[in-house]
Amino acid sequence: MSNILVYALHHEGAFNKNSLGAVAEASRLAGELGGEAHAVVVGAGIADDLAATLGSYGATKVYKADGPEGLSGPVIDVMGKLFDGGDYQYAVFGGGLLGFEIGAGLAARIDAGVTMEVTAVNVVDGQLAAERPILGDSSISTSRYKGKGIIIARLNAFEVKETGGSAASVEQVSYEASTQSQQANIVTRGEQRGADVDIEGASILVAGGRGLGKAEGFQLAEDLAKAFGGNAAVAATRAVVDAGWYPYAAQIGQTGKTVAPKLYLAAGISGAIQHKVGMQSSENIVAINKDANAPIFEFSDLGIVGDLNKILPKLTEAVKARKG
Amino acid sequence: MKIAVLVKEVPDAAVQKRIDPSSGRLDRSGEKNLNPYDTHAIEAAMQIREGGAVEVDEIVAVTMGPESAVRALHKAVSLGADRSVHLTDPALAGSDVAATGYALAQVLRRESPDLVLLGQQSDDGECYTIGAVVAEYLGQPSLTQVIKLDIAGDELTCERQAEYGYDTVNVKLPAVISVGDAINEPRYPSLKAIMGAKKKPLDTLATGDVDIDASKVGAEGSHVACGDFKAPPSKSAGTIIEDEGDTDDTVGKIIAWLDERKLLA
Ligand SMILES: Cc1cc2nc3c(=O)[nH]c(=O)nc-3n(C[C@H](O)[C@H](O)[C@H](O)COP(=O)(O)OP(=O)(O)OC[C@H]3O[C@@H](n4cnc5c(N)ncnc54)[C@H](O)[C@@H]3O)c2cc1C
Repeated sequence: MSNILVYALHHEGAFNKNSLGAVAEASRLAGELGGEAHAVVVGAGIADDLAATLGSYGATKVYKADGPEGLSGPVIDVMGKLFDGGDYQYAVFGGGLLGFEIGAGLAARIDAGVTMEVTAVNVVDGQLAAERPILGDSSISTSRYKGKGIIIARLNAFEVKETGGSAASVEQVSYEASTQSQQANIVTRGEQRGADVDIEGASILVAGGRGLGKAEGFQLAEDLAKAFGGNAAVAATRAVVDAGWYPYAAQIGQTGKTVAPKLYLAAGISGAIQHKVGMQSSENIVAINKDANAPIFEFSDLGIVGDLNKILPKLTEAVKARKG
Repeated sequence: MKIAVLVKEVPDAAVQKRIDPSSGRLDRSGEKNLNPYDTHAIEAAMQIREGGAVEVDEIVAVTMGPESAVRALHKAVSLGADRSVHLTDPALAGSDVAATGYALAQVLRRESPDLVLLGQQSDDGECYTIGAVVAEYLGQPSLTQVIKLDIAGDELTCERQAEYGYDTVNVKLPAVISVGDAINEPRYPSLKAIMGAKKKPLDTLATGDVDIDASKVGAEGSHVACGDFKAPPSKSAGTIIEDEGDTDDTVGKIIAWLDERKLLA
């Protein structure tokens, strides 16, 4: 009962970094509870060798099931079946879209409590207690579970830590697909939209959001990045990527990239939590927003309240002049 | 076909949200409004109706919440829903995500729509999970964060952004779909629609009307209890510059700030 089940998301032969963090965290917590962390991998033809590598992050056993990738249904079916066996009280998920969907569906399937956006987990009186920031991160609440509990982490909440554990044992599981999971079929997965830009190596990022007004507005961000020179690039929010204003490869946040440049200059970005989780470790955060109450000002080092259409062109000129 | 849209009343974004220290719940008093994310779900329903690919007989707005939540339903009706259903019962107060999803699923069983739509998140609780919970209780497929929705016969083609890029998923109806805010630009209600909203049919239901097992809802029936509220580690507030009038001056200050941190070297 004191064992913890973790879902490990993978794509094209590699595990998701957030899933590895979840495995490491589950292993730490299971240790404190006197149990083990076991991982679940669902996909088409997963190599045993790959599954066994989760042992390095603390999983002692990996359940492997055949099924389509990128859908919550089959994973809920597999994890639901494992919970029915009675060996588990908790399930842990790393941050990410599928983790939210699977964790929520599983809670309904097995009659468990669920907490999302979790940033820390502790063992209190032999039970897990999950901390979650609420109300725009102005307060932290602690969730306690009455019985079974599901923990869905915020992106990058858990450190990816190798425990030095040996290869995990791999066990193939069969399961019966529920009606609902047979009703969804993945057609294409992981399609990249827009140009393949590289932002991860940049030491300065000029990021643009919906406040740029239209696709052409990104010219202002590009001009400023160019003025900074060599190691500067342009990044974007999901809102503008979904709108087709800027390429997906430049997106920062929960379903985009995580970056930590020397300077992150956000123009016309509100600072939603799902964006913040991808850039909050930047060394210096500067935000330009016309709304003095925008959440981004709560975590920027320098905030400029004003119209980016007035400020950005002049800032670009000034940076250019300085760089000579 | 019949479409149900799940909507919610949330504190107005301009109002400071807070926890009521006596109950440990979100203080839901003060100005309320329809959750802005839900307007995208209503608009998506309207566009399916107007798109003509399928015949939409009815769009029903459904909410669970206290008496005041009828205002959210009125707004939903003014945006295009034909009628609305309000599940309200003191027994529901304090329900967690799973209990709320269960209660809503019971209402939906009664309505048996072909498609359930909802917004990607609520502006207050910020869980993006209610759709997946409702779907599981109904035994239907679900997908969240959908930004493109096409319908043909009894099949939906959905696009959304997931961990590795854009995914396209086919989903058979009946299904529960949460839509992202990039899916459409919600329309503004006409004055006539606003005036007429209160005259559209509204069903008010209690837990007993839809066979909700009272032991599974409310604070008692929930599996999670929240408490021990504490302040997050304080981060020293940043410098704020207001750009009022002289932008050259503002830019000068930004440059000085960047210089100090050697970011222009
Ligand atoms: C599961 C999930 C995953 C998500 N993943 C991501 C993700 O990976 N990345 C991401 O970014 N988001 C993500 N989001 C979306 C996120 O919640 C926000 O909707 C999004 O980040 C908002 O983008 P934005 O700041 O560009 O737009 P908005 O929130 O619309 O903000 C625009 C801002 O521009 C300001 N503005 C407007 N005009 C001007 C002007 N002339 N001058 C100055 N300022 C101006 C406004 O005051 C406003 O603050 C996700 C959401 C969910 C639910």
